[in-house]
Amino acid sequence: MQQIVNFIIKYKYFLFFLLLELIAVSFTFQNHSFHKSKFVNSANYITGGIYKRINSFKEYTNLKVYNQQLLDENTRLKNILSQQLKDSFVHAIQVLDTTKYFQKYSYISGKVYKNEYHKKYNFLLINKGLSQGITADQGVVNSKGIIGITNTISKNYATVLSILNENSKINVKLLNSLYFGTLQWDGKDYNVLQIIDLPIRANIKVGDTITTGGKSTIFPEGIPVGTILNFNKENNVYQIINVKLFNDMSAIGPINVITNFDKEEIMDLEETISNE
Amino acid sequence: MNDAIKNIILFITLILIQVIVLNNVLFWGYINPLLYILFVIIYPLKRDRGVFLFVSFLLGLCIDFFVDSGGIHAAATLFIAYIRLPLLKGLLRKPEIDFPVFNINKLPFLRLLSFITILTFIHHFIIFGLEYFRFNAIVTIFSRTFLTSIFTIILVIFSLLFMNKGK
Repeated sequence: MQQIVNFIIKYKYFLFFLLLELIAVSFTFQNHSFHKSKFVNSANYITGGIYKRINSFKEYTNLKVYNQQLLDENTRLKNILSQQLKDSFVHAIQVLDTTKYFQKYSYISGKVYKNEYHKKYNFLLINKGLSQGITADQGVVNSKGIIGITNTISKNYATVLSILNENSKINVKLLNSLYFGTLQWDGKDYNVLQIIDLPIRANIKVGDTITTGGKSTIFPEGIPVGTILNFNKENNVYQIINVKLFNDMSAIGPINVITNFDKEEIMDLEETISNE
Repeated sequence: MNDAIKNIILFITLILIQVIVLNNVLFWGYINPLLYILFVIIYPLKRDRGVFLFVSFLLGLCIDFFVDSGGIHAAATLFIAYIRLPLLKGLLRKPEIDFPVFNINKLPFLRLLSFITILTFIHHFIIFGLEYFRFNAIVTIFSRTFLTSIFTIILVIFSLLFMNKGK
C-alpha cells in the first residue's frame, strides 16, 4: 500500500498529464467520427457570440459580392417562376393548391459566422439554431450550390459539417441522366471534390454538370454542385472523378437551411424495414 | 501586478488574438500560424506543475471549442507543457533549475531560439499528426508542420521582443 502511495506521489504530474491527454485524445476521435454527439463544438453562447462580433466586421468587406450573388439568384428564380406561369396557366388553381398542401421542403435563411477550408475536418458555424427550428442532419445550401449538413445545434447557433470534411458523403447525380454516385473530399484543393461509385455505364465527359441526387432526405434533387474537371478510367472502372465546384468555398456568406417535411415519414419507414 | 492576474490576461489575450486575427490569416491559402503557444513558453517556471498543466490543457481546449477540432489543440498544448521542464533542463545541461530567479528572457538567444523551435515543432507535429492520422499522409504532415512552424516561430519571437520592450 505504502509503495502505491509513493508511486502516485512520485509520478503525480505524469499521471495527471496522462489523464488529461487521454481526455483530449478521446475528444479528438469523437470529432473524427461523424455520428456522435459532441461536447467540444463552436455552437455555444461564448464562441458563437465572439464569432458573431467578428462577422459583423467582416461582412462589410464582402457586401458587394453577396449583393451580386443575391441578384443572380433572384434573376434565376424569377426566370423559373415566369416559365411555370406559362406552362400551368390553365391549372393555376391546382398549382396553388399543391404548393400549399404538398409542400415538401422549406428554406430558412442564415449567415455563415465561421468558415474553414484549410483543414481535413472542416466545420462551419451558422447563426441559426434550435429557436429558429434547425435540427441535426439538415442540408445547407447557397445560391451556387451545396455547402454541408448541420451537425451540432445549440439555442441560437449550429455547426455545419462542410462538404470539405472527410466524413461528408453526399449523393450526387449527373444532370441529364439517372446515374448517381457519392461526393467526397480528399483534403487537397478546397474547390475540387471527388465522386466515387459512379457506374461505368454513365458516359461522362469533362464539363458535365453534377447536381444533388435526391436519394437522401437531406438535399432535394437538382441542386447544382459543380462540373467535371477531369477523370481517369482503369480496368473499366472510374478511378478518380474530380469535380470543380460552382461555389468558392473560401468565400461563403448568406446560406439557406433546408427542412424536409417528409423526413420523419421516410425515416420511420426505413426503420420498420431494417427492424424486420 | 499580480502574477496570476497577468497570466489570466495573457491567456485571454492570446485566445482572442488567435481566433479574431490569426485564424483569418491564411498564408498561401493554408498556413495558419498558432501564436497561442506563446503562453506555454513564457508561463513562469514553478516547482508545482499541476496548475500549469491544467491551464495549458484548458488553453488548448478553448481553441478547440472555437475551431471545432475535438481535442487536438488540447492534446498538443498539454504535451509541450509537460515536456517544457525536462527540455529546459536538457538545453541548459543542468539537473536542477533555480525556480525563483529563472527568467526565460535571460536565456542566451540561441538557446532560447532552439527552445522555442523544438516546442513549436513538437506542438505542430502533434496537431497535424492527429488531424491527418494516417501513415500515408506523412509527407503532408511533415510539410505542413514545417511551414506552419516557421510562421509561428517568427511570430513568437516578435511578440517576445515586443513584450520586453513594453516593460
